[in-house]
Amino acid sequence: MLYYDQNKNYRDFEVLRDENKCIQCQVCVRQCSYEVHTYDEKHDEVTADQTKCVGCHRCEAFCPTDALKIRKNQSEFRDNALWTPQYLKNIYKQADTGGVLLTGMGNSYPYPVYWDKMLLDASQVTNPSIDPLREPMELRTYLGAKPDAVEVHGGNGHPRLDTSFAPQIPIEYPILFSAMSYGSINLNIHVGLARAAEEMGTLYNTGEGGLHPTLYQYGKNTIVQCASGRFGVHTDYLNAGVAVEIKIGQGAKPGIGGHLPGEKIGPEISLTRMIPEGTDALSPAPHHDIYSIEDLRQLIYALKEATDYKKLVFVKIAAVHNSAAIASGMVRAGADVISLDGFRGGTGAAPTMIRDNVGVPIELALASVDERLRQEGIRNRASLVVAGGIRCSADVVKAIALGADAVYIATAALIAVGCTVCQRCYTGKCPWGIATNDPYLAKRINPEIAHEKLANLIRGWGHEIQEMLGGMGLNALESLRGNREKLRGVGLNETELNILGIKHAGA
Amino acid sequence: MKRVYAKEDVCIGCRLCEIACVVEHSESKNAIRTYKTEVPRPVARNVVEERGPLTFSVNCRHCDEPLCVAVCIAGAMVKDEESGVVRHNEEKCVGCWSCVMICPYGVIKMKPAAKKVSKCDLCNGRTMPACVQACPNRAIVYEER
Repeated sequence: MLYYDQNKNYRDFEVLRDENKCIQCQVCVRQCSYEVHTYDEKHDEVTADQTKCVGCHRCEAFCPTDALKIRKNQSEFRDNALWTPQYLKNIYKQADTGGVLLTGMGNSYPYPVYWDKMLLDASQVTNPSIDPLREPMELRTYLGAKPDAVEVHGGNGHPRLDTSFAPQIPIEYPILFSAMSYGSINLNIHVGLARAAEEMGTLYNTGEGGLHPTLYQYGKNTIVQCASGRFGVHTDYLNAGVAVEIKIGQGAKPGIGGHLPGEKIGPEISLTRMIPEGTDALSPAPHHDIYSIEDLRQLIYALKEATDYKKLVFVKIAAVHNSAAIASGMVRAGADVISLDGFRGGTGAAPTMIRDNVGVPIELALASVDERLRQEGIRNRASLVVAGGIRCSADVVKAIALGADAVYIATAALIAVGCTVCQRCYTGKCPWGIATNDPYLAKRINPEIAHEKLANLIRGWGHEIQEMLGGMGLNALESLRGNREKLRGVGLNETELNILGIKHAGA
Repeated sequence: MKRVYAKEDVCIGCRLCEIACVVEHSESKNAIRTYKTEVPRPVARNVVEERGPLTFSVNCRHCDEPLCVAVCIAGAMVKDEESGVVRHNEEKCVGCWSCVMICPYGVIKMKPAAKKVSKCDLCNGRTMPACVQACPNRAIVYEER
């Protein structure tokens, strides 16, 4: 197109407008925050600048006459197994700008998805399956350190517990909403998440952006995060929830810090993050006071001390090559819950190269961490919550069977409120009103609707988990936890089967 | 009485309410046909106000003491005592625009070619007004307050 750099015309998407259906109502013009659609009053015509389209489908979803379709650009480069169009376009872009390629959401490369290479068992003939609609089915999970042994006295029908338990958090579904900061997403979503967590008896996580004053009321369903930037951390904040999560790393960008640009630090975000308006919120790559397991122990106990040993301390790391050894150290350092974030985990912004090339699949990391903690006899001392690419209830069930206590979902939660995974969160112009604090766009999330949809998602998955458990003849999630006998691999090699600790299907 | 209320904190300014209103008051009740073939096209009977990020849809408040009824020189504007709905009889309307000028909400629309006005009739007979049903973000509600 005239006046554009030539390579901008190698666009990703095509906006197809059916002129027989278009009524020039301009809903698309108003909905597109990337200014793809424009209305030409003189000719009473809506036109599209296709180079700007990010493929979010907002216009298509809102078009009242079904006149719009977004398709991948049909224009083809000559086939080349090595130099695929994505690499070409990336190079053109960097040759223009000299910058780092940015992206959002999680790793999108076609690495193996191990969830899809594991199958669940079911009862037939020799062991009865259970109908969850007729019989009780227990999904409640208690997060927190469990004692090595339980001592009782009394007996005679009145046993009394001698062992004192560390604090426990009961959750009604093994699904928590993962950390997304106020700033990366807006308050409307946080309200939706908090209310859904309250209704469903589960937890949401503040991320590292602090806690908005209006959200303190959802404390018993809140995990507050303490990350390397230490934004918004103060006594009331630490004591506001039921747990404090120390975030060491994030699956989408292990080893990388965060950067919320100053333009996004408006009055409200400035308030919760406790930084001046308009200043960049920089989260360093490491915690500058944590260089060893011993340092981590200091922070864990500093936080426990600050919260009178009433709150659980989660420690979150990205799944990397030696996660198992690190996790062992984390448990010994006093973490009550280990959050493990796989390489598919999402983000509001990350360098593309990091997102797509760093980390470990969560299935493998989960299996090796669980196995290592069992071997060392310390698995009971911490719960294990896994994150990063949990797409459906079957993924949840497989994660539990591999040894997780619960899962974190964030991308799935955002999809529930409209996200189409266009991966442009870093622009701050999210047309779905999610990864944006622009007041005009953020209104697109009605907290009431977000609450309903998020609660429905958990409810639906809960029903399905019960069905799968019942099919396996189990009546409690606890009976599935770490029960790898219920899993079989398909199309996996010996090494993968060994790491996952499962047999191949047929065996 | 049940009225249509706007919730400005969640109105996204998409104006689907206007389209729903136009289609509901068209002959074909079909969006594409209404916009492409109907002449004159019905006007939307609501107004979407916009200033910066603030947007909301307003339509006739069906006032308890409607000024439009008081000023109508032709007896076209009537307050239905039973339902509370302010109704407009187009056949009687002479196009003097008095009601347009007096309405404090600015929600009576002119149809200059026809020399008639047009206003919200709460979608006569519909259980839920079209604009309310079309709103994708529950920013317009129909309720008793």
